[in-house]
Amino acid sequence: MKGAVFVAALAPLGWLVAGALLDRLGANPVEALVRSTGDWALRFLCITLAVRPLSSWGPRAARLMRLRRMLGLFTFFYATCHALAYATWDMGWDMTALAQDLIQRPFILVGTLTLLTLIPLAATSWNGAIRRLGARRWQILHRVVYGTAVLAIVHFYWMRLGKQNTAEVGVYALILAVLLGWRLWRIRV
Amino acid sequence: MLYLKSRGYTHPKSSEITPASVYAHRRHWLAAAAATAASAASGSWSSALAQPAASPGKLPALPGGKSAVAGANTMERPTRYQDATTYNNFYEFGMEKDEPARYAGRMKTRPWTVTIEGEVRKPGVWDVEALLKLQPLEERIYRLRCVEGWSMVLPWVGYSLSELIRRVEPTGNAKFVQFFTLADRAQMPGLRSSVINWPYTEGLRLDEAMHPLTLLAFGMYGEVLPNQNGAPLRLVVPWKYGFKSAKSLVKIRFVDKQPKTSWEQSAPDEYGFFSNVNPQVSHPRWSQATERRIGEDGLLAKRRPTLMFNGYEAQVASLYSGMDLSRFF
Repeated sequence: MKGAVFVAALAPLGWLVAGALLDRLGANPVEALVRSTGDWALRFLCITLAVRPLSSWGPRAARLMRLRRMLGLFTFFYATCHALAYATWDMGWDMTALAQDLIQRPFILVGTLTLLTLIPLAATSWNGAIRRLGARRWQILHRVVYGTAVLAIVHFYWMRLGKQNTAEVGVYALILAVLLGWRLWRIRV
Repeated sequence: MLYLKSRGYTHPKSSEITPASVYAHRRHWLAAAAATAASAASGSWSSALAQPAASPGKLPALPGGKSAVAGANTMERPTRYQDATTYNNFYEFGMEKDEPARYAGRMKTRPWTVTIEGEVRKPGVWDVEALLKLQPLEERIYRLRCVEGWSMVLPWVGYSLSELIRRVEPTGNAKFVQFFTLADRAQMPGLRSSVINWPYTEGLRLDEAMHPLTLLAFGMYGEVLPNQNGAPLRLVVPWKYGFKSAKSLVKIRFVDKQPKTSWEQSAPDEYGFFSNVNPQVSHPRWSQATERRIGEDGLLAKRRPTLMFNGYEAQVASLYSGMDLSRFF
């Protein structure tokens, strides 16, 4: 099962690479690449956060938990691709332009922070790290992902606000609110 | 292969020269061949890929003669027709770039009239056919710079708006010109969105409207305008951000007070009345110093520096002498 999920998770990237090479990404391929990798990072974040609620539906569903690390790492992977696409093709690795953009466009700063929150999570995703940190400290560290979710929505919302086109952001916000709300409900109960 | 020898050079026979249309569309044929193979393999995902090229030859021809207006013809290469007609901001048909091409087909462009009203001695309702015959049509190759940070080079067909304005004789009270786009709920699914207070309205100062570069466009690429590009007639003001070039005009009104444009109403601190292309005046959320020229050299192309007044400084700067352009943006 893991192998199939791995291949499926790589498919969006494969489709984008093929699209770029075949000139099928439309008139503005850079924008399509940056936007699509961002979309998939957000989708994998939602999928990863959905694993625990879904796995509570029964013993068979509980096997989903085995996929959670891979899905979380794919979130980090797509978020990194998203940031790299922006830095490479939108900004040409022009450090002055990048610095200016960070200052002038607050949503870029928030996006950078979002990616930064994922780094310690990715770095501690291996079994060795869980053992070294201890289960309890690892669990507390990985709650940072809730902050990641909030930052990701703020990043996306601020970016879309420029053209008043925020409906799609609302959909993701709702999904994440439900997924995070489930955790709150579990704590109360 | 037989070659002709002439003046020491070998020339291919004319039958060996690739026809211009095939050459121009070689990327299309290559991509179409690859896409056919890819779609056979990938099933449903292929439908989300960009549709094959809509190349000139599908719409009625509308040729334009040479223009003598200064700055009217840039030497830069025009954007691919496919890109120009599938990457559009026309919120009346949806907020995504591909939606105007998908949904604008339902817009009926005949019969079509434009109402001229307000501070003019000769108000009236003009049929688009009469407007087409008002003046000889010219081809104008203009840069278009979107406020979002991308740009195109487009070969429009039309005549200077000033020709129409002269005919309707604005009175001494006419200081500004207002433009209105069609807003028909039956034909335009995007009107459900409240991002804009419909109908879409734009405006120019009278001297801007009278400038020879301000174009009343009826066609592009030697054909009539595709619906998604603002058929059957639209405004093109090349030294301003693209949203000021209102599409599918139904009304032109001459007024004495500066009118509020649609984007000014939606976000007054982001979109001003003048909206001249200006790399030194940032949008509150992003810099306007650079732009991406659509279709230029694929993925590895760098963004290019944005030019003052979109490169039309020599022709229009005098309209704004003494004006603080960061205050009046």
